[in-house]
Amino acid sequence: MPVTDVTKNLDARTLTITAEFAAPIERVWQVYADPRQLERVWGPPSHPATVVEHSLVPGGRVHYFMTGPDGEKYYGGWNVLTVDEPNRFTIEDFFADEGFQPAAGMPVAQGEFRFESSGDGTRATFTTTYDTVEALQQTLDMGMEEGATQATNQIDRLLAEG
Amino acid sequence: MTEQDEDRADAFFHALSDRTRRDILRRVLAGEHSVTALAAAYDMSFAAVQKHVAVLERAGLLTKRRHGREQLASGDVDAIRSVASMLGELEGVWRGRIVRIEELIQEG
Repeated sequence: MPVTDVTKNLDARTLTITAEFAAPIERVWQVYADPRQLERVWGPPSHPATVVEHSLVPGGRVHYFMTGPDGEKYYGGWNVLTVDEPNRFTIEDFFADEGFQPAAGMPVAQGEFRFESSGDGTRATFTTTYDTVEALQQTLDMGMEEGATQATNQIDRLLAEG
Repeated sequence: MTEQDEDRADAFFHALSDRTRRDILRRVLAGEHSVTALAAAYDMSFAAVQKHVAVLERAGLLTKRRHGREQLASGDVDAIRSVASMLGELEGVWRGRIVRIEELIQEG
């Protein structure tokens, strides 16, 4: 597994996950710069993503929808905030209506994608922060579940022991 | 466990290592209590009880809110548990994405 570190900040509702890829930084950046590559990695196999608009520049938008097993569609988008190719970009990830307008009352997450050359490869750090506990809950309720059972929960275990 | 989980565990066990704090936690898990009412239940100063409440708060086991001149404390174990498990699910989402990035990159 290329994942080297996972940090959860419960109070800030932030997940930081670090991975090492055996490819140069420009190759990893390309995954995000190319909508056909991005859609292959963004949605889980049960909910493949289709990217319909893609402008990875400050102030740009990325629009996508994910299609669930029963054909139901989940619309979402990115507001691209900052871009420093090939080192870093930041986004707001939002749920949208069918016209890709941010849906009122739907969760927004702040995302930071950071890439650093590391030997022959690239270290990538993905940070996602939800504004509220409800936003985090809604996101997981909307067909994003994947590998939930493999995720461990240290605090739950501590409480069970205590 | 990550460093942060370890810190969390330290704060958790430290908070529960004291008999008075465990008793305070039992009370606030049963329902919201003012810090004044909690202080009245123990043979110690208001400031000492307030300190115990602060330790529980830092460990994420208790939350406080202001109501007029009162500070109301309630147990927050459920919130901590659910945030932890939700971030665990989100970790699963990102692990999936990272596996797919690796597969895509290895295609050449």
